[in-house]
Amino acid sequence: MNLAGSQAVKSMSVTSSSVSRRSGDGVSDQFPAGLRVLVVDDDPTCLRILEKMLKNCLYEVTKSNRAELALNYLRENKNGYDIVISDVHMPDMDGFKLLEHVGLEMDLPVIMMSADDSKKVVMKGITHGAVDYLIKPVRIEALKNIWQHVVRKKKDEYKGKDYEQTGSVEDGEQHQKPPEDSEYSSSANEGSWKNPKKRKDEEDEAEERDDTSTLKKPRVVWSVELHQQFVTAVNHLGLDKAVPKKILELMNVPGLTRENVASHLQKYRLYLRRLSGVSQHQSGLNNAFMGPTDATFGPISSLNGLDLQALAASGQLPPQSLATIQAAALGRANKSPVPVPLVDQRNLFSFENPKLRFGEDSQQLNNNSKQINLLHGIPTNMEPKQLATLRQSAQSFGNLNMQLHSQSSQSGSLLTQMSQPQSRTPILNEINGSHVSTLPSSLGQPILSQALPSSVLPRNGIENVRGGTYGSVSQPSSALDFSVNPGTEFSGNSFPLMSNSGIPILTSKGMIQEEVNSEMKVPRGYLPNYDTFDELNQNRSQDWSMQNVGSTFDVSQHSNLQGSLGVSPSILVQQGFSSNHKSEQSRNASVSKAAFSVGDGRIGNSSSSGQQLNSSPADISQRIKAERLPNMGFQNTLFPEQFGQDDLMSALLKQQEGTGAVESEFGFDGYHLDNLPV
Amino acid sequence: MEGNHFQRQAAYTRKTLFDQGYLDEQFIQLEDLQDDANPNFVEEVVKLFYTDSARLIRNIDLALADNSSHFDFEKLDDIMHQFKGSSSSIGAKKIKKECTQFQEYCNAGNLEGCTRTFQQVKQEHATLKRKLESYFQLTRQAR
Repeated sequence: MNLAGSQAVKSMSVTSSSVSRRSGDGVSDQFPAGLRVLVVDDDPTCLRILEKMLKNCLYEVTKSNRAELALNYLRENKNGYDIVISDVHMPDMDGFKLLEHVGLEMDLPVIMMSADDSKKVVMKGITHGAVDYLIKPVRIEALKNIWQHVVRKKKDEYKGKDYEQTGSVEDGEQHQKPPEDSEYSSSANEGSWKNPKKRKDEEDEAEERDDTSTLKKPRVVWSVELHQQFVTAVNHLGLDKAVPKKILELMNVPGLTRENVASHLQKYRLYLRRLSGVSQHQSGLNNAFMGPTDATFGPISSLNGLDLQALAASGQLPPQSLATIQAAALGRANKSPVPVPLVDQRNLFSFENPKLRFGEDSQQLNNNSKQINLLHGIPTNMEPKQLATLRQSAQSFGNLNMQLHSQSSQSGSLLTQMSQPQSRTPILNEINGSHVSTLPSSLGQPILSQALPSSVLPRNGIENVRGGTYGSVSQPSSALDFSVNPGTEFSGNSFPLMSNSGIPILTSKGMIQEEVNSEMKVPRGYLPNYDTFDELNQNRSQDWSMQNVGSTFDVSQHSNLQGSLGVSPSILVQQGFSSNHKSEQSRNASVSKAAFSVGDGRIGNSSSSGQQLNSSPADISQRIKAERLPNMGFQNTLFPEQFGQDDLMSALLKQQEGTGAVESEFGFDGYHLDNLPV
Repeated sequence: MEGNHFQRQAAYTRKTLFDQGYLDEQFIQLEDLQDDANPNFVEEVVKLFYTDSARLIRNIDLALADNSSHFDFEKLDDIMHQFKGSSSSIGAKKIKKECTQFQEYCNAGNLEGCTRTFQQVKQEHATLKRKLESYFQLTRQAR
């Protein structure tokens, strides 16, 4: 039947077929007939009744009396259902939990049901993201309209996509990556009619950038907590299957749009990619590190170890937050053993994707256990000694050693901030990493004083080379990995910074920037490796947090950097980025540029750059300040492509310093490295 | 025709059930779901209810018999919640009412009140079963 809604939907979807519901689309000529509903209720009587009612509504019904079973159905056939109806009280799994899972993993609308009509419970349903709450006994009339939720969701998704696209348009390179799942694609198609209009709006907005986007593209500040949620969601879904819509749902954050998530995801992917790249090299190394910690990290790393760190580093997140997140991460980790398929990350890191793949990152951490994990994984789960090792590596990065701080006093500032429970360290590392990466290659060197004299970089990705420089950092890659994909990225780029501390900072310039930018406004300049920026670029993807850094760096290069890596990326970023550094800048510029290229997938020789970063994080941070600022600038450039996400970047940037400056410089709308004041 | 006779009887019995408060409109929802493809849908669902509710009743009885020092009212309430939800889904009005009463005593921590009320619950549960069984018999004959 063609209801008004369906009409609208149909018009939106160019490709919607009439009769058969396309997976994900659910819009057909007969819509809502044929709507694929999954109903879950442990009460057999209710289940039977609901099934019959739904069938009478001409829906296609699948019933399950167990939540786990239902989840399996959903997982096995991601696009096989349009909507889920679930009871609240079930013996094997709480209905709200199922709601969360479905939202995160499958991004389907979920309706809750219960005989309990108390406001508290209904509210809980809402806060958990249920699209509706039905009081039992359910009447068929209530079920007749559930299709509206499907349509609404699609519409929103579509709209979000639209925004993303427009956003990316601005960035230029950052085109919205095609939706990961068919749903997105279809929405894209569907939204075509809307695009032109939206695009225009978006662009206008983009120009204003900051703020104004409340309507269209609200700037989202990717706080540590938020990022943590994000990473958790991504891990839960699996990096490959993590589509913004689902992530959004899983995260269940009011006010967050799919667009925000999408751009963030993009950066994260890049970040992860970076990390994986590094990790690949260092896989050997990482394994060493990660081995023991993997288990612990697994879950944590996925948690957002990176993010947290990055965020923390960026200064966006107060240390406490990091701790919290870490804790959360840990908590999560504890509960769920490495949910994230890190393995994927590794692949991701092959650096093909310029985009940051944070998701991967986190995953990687788990799986890779390789370097990246160190960085990411460092969070909470890290055992003390592991953390220590990570720290060390992180330290090498210097910048982001925020985490390191906790363990190793080196990073000092950064770490201290983050030093909160070990879990923090990882975050710091990540953040640091990002910072590190941002540190301009020039910085890298001085900073790397720790141990990584320019040679440190090579380690970044790969092996704990960084550690070498740092000396103590055994962990190296993990921290750095974050931004720097192990090995590859670091190879030259600034990643070295991270290597020890695991702060991906170094992710070879390119990467770092991105990561930094997103997370930490940490001065991108941290990428000591900037020289080899190209390599860093790869890193870019890794550390989306770093990206932010990059962006922010522009602004205050020096001042911020000094803050010490721990200074929270923002500071660094700003300082470094202003690319005022002449030397640095030039280097940065080149680095950034290189980063871009690198980020795109090659982190090639970040070794040199990485080395720089490896130097003691603490030092690095300082150095970065001085030297690297410029790097940051270019890092931003790296990122812009990738980060279409303004939210993150802008948020970070802003936070960092009041970043408006940074952004403008970088032109981030997300991450516009174009503006890098090279 | 005899069909008419049985039909009339069935209709009368049905009306009585509603009038006397044994059933509420939810039962009508079930009847509306019945169609040619599922001619015995209502009976089928009621049977399902009685099978499942027997288990719940057993559990409540066990919970009520718990002599431990710390009586778990929450658990009791939880089981009752399930039972109540199930009963309401078939439109068992009187049972539902007794369940509500039970829950009130439960929330008040009144074990004696719970036990007493539960006897009522079981009684209503048995009565409705009897009445519905004869009603269904009539409807089958009326077909």
